[in-house]
Parts: sequence; C-alpha cells; structure tokens
Amino acid sequence: MSSTFDTIANIIAETCDIPRDSITPESHAINDLGIDSLDFLDIAFAIDKAFGIKLPLEQWTAEVNEGKATTEQYFVLKNLAARIDELVAAKGA
Amino acid sequence: MTAEMRLEYFQMIGRVADLSLSDRTIRVESRVPTESTIFEGHFPGYPLMPGVLLTETMAQTSGWLLLALNGLSRMPFLAGVKEAKFRTFVQPGELLSVSAALEHEGSGYTVTKAAIQVEGKRVCDAMLTFRVVDFPNPDMTGYIRETAARIGLPSVETAGG
Repeated sequence: MSSTFDTIANIIAETCDIPRDSITPESHAINDLGIDSLDFLDIAFAIDKAFGIKLPLEQWTAEVNEGKATTEQYFVLKNLAARIDELVAAKGA
Repeated sequence: MTAEMRLEYFQMIGRVADLSLSDRTIRVESRVPTESTIFEGHFPGYPLMPGVLLTETMAQTSGWLLLALNGLSRMPFLAGVKEAKFRTFVQPGELLSVSAALEHEGSGYTVTKAAIQVEGKRVCDAMLTFRVVDFPNPDMTGYIRETAARIGLPSVETAGG
C-alpha cells in the first residue's frame, strides 16, 4: 500500500507533467514545483477522488490571506499529506 | 417553441427542459439560429456552428445546473475544458438537447460532464471545470436572475432572498 505522500506525488507528476523523482516530501507545491492555482484545481480534483474527501481549499486560502496560516502548512507536500490523513481520519470517525 | 440562441450575445440557452436537484442533472433545449453574423465567417457558403460555441453552450448549461444547486448564491466561471470531442457538424436551424451532470463538487470548484445531442445523436461532449466564487458585483447578480426567468429555470431556494 502506497503512502499518502506517494499518492499525491504521483498525482502531481501526472497532472502537471513534473518528473516524479523531483517531487519530495519537502517540496513546496507552489514555490518549488511552480504549480499555479488552476493546476491545483486538477490536483485537488484527483486528490478528492483518490481519498474520498473534500480538500477545504477555500478555507485554507482564506486563512493564508488573513495571516492565520502560512502556505507551508498546506502546500509543503509532507504537510499536505498530513492534512489529507487528518481529513480521511475525520471522515471515518 | 424553443427560443433561438443569440450567438452574438452569448445567449446559448433556449429553455430549461429538465432539472433534477436530487440527481444533480439538467437538460436544456436551444435552437441554433438560421441566420447569424457568426455564419458569415464560419464558413462563407457552408455555415457551421463553431466548436467553441458548442463548448460555451455546454458550459452555460453546466453553469445553470450549478446555479440551481446553490440557489443562485455563487457564480461559476469556466476554468477548464477536458476531453472535448466534436463528433459531427451542427448546422443552422438545428435543435440542440444539451445535458449536464455534476461530476464532483470540491471546495471552490466544481467538475461537470456535459453533452449535446441533435435528434438523439450525440454531437459533442466534454468534462468541464468551474471556479465557483461570490458574485463579483450586483450587475451580474441581476443579469443572472433575469436570465433565469427568461430561460425558465424552475424556482430554487435563493440564498439571501
């Protein structure tokens, strides 16, 4: 069974045509991988479907814009994987 | 009588024929006009409905489904077109049956699948992505409400009256 990180790295590689081996848990989706908000919609769609969740993108964007959170919390991939694990766990609770 | 599309004004929807909020599907009918300046260029002596306008028609149909589902509270804007296929020509005067179904509702975005048929034959289909955002200004809110009445969108619970 692949890890959450592997699943999202594979989604990003396929969706954005980024070499899979250049995507690491420390990669920042926006700053390091150059993924823009439109590409991220496709990634969110694939993640939502793969994990059966709904990434709260609007809430995250609002928190970042209001200074309540940093982009690192949501868009560094190891952190994104942790958020996804939390959402999956919350769904099963 | 299904109203003719007014291509120059991007009025692509004739009338809403079916809407199911529970199934999250919609079907509209639109008649391609027999005359339009569009056909003077596309193409002289061989008028064809442009593929981009068929795509716009599928997008607007999807948009009305999303507006009905959200009670005209937020505005969908086309953000992506995938797997668009144009299987046969569409000519002036033809009656389009345009269907759309909600594929996935995400946070601030939505994905639909849409298709157009003419006389039971599928002429095009696509998967469409929309950003769904607050209405940018009162003019657009008013225009959407007026258009909903014109195309016969069944009454939906509207947020904020």
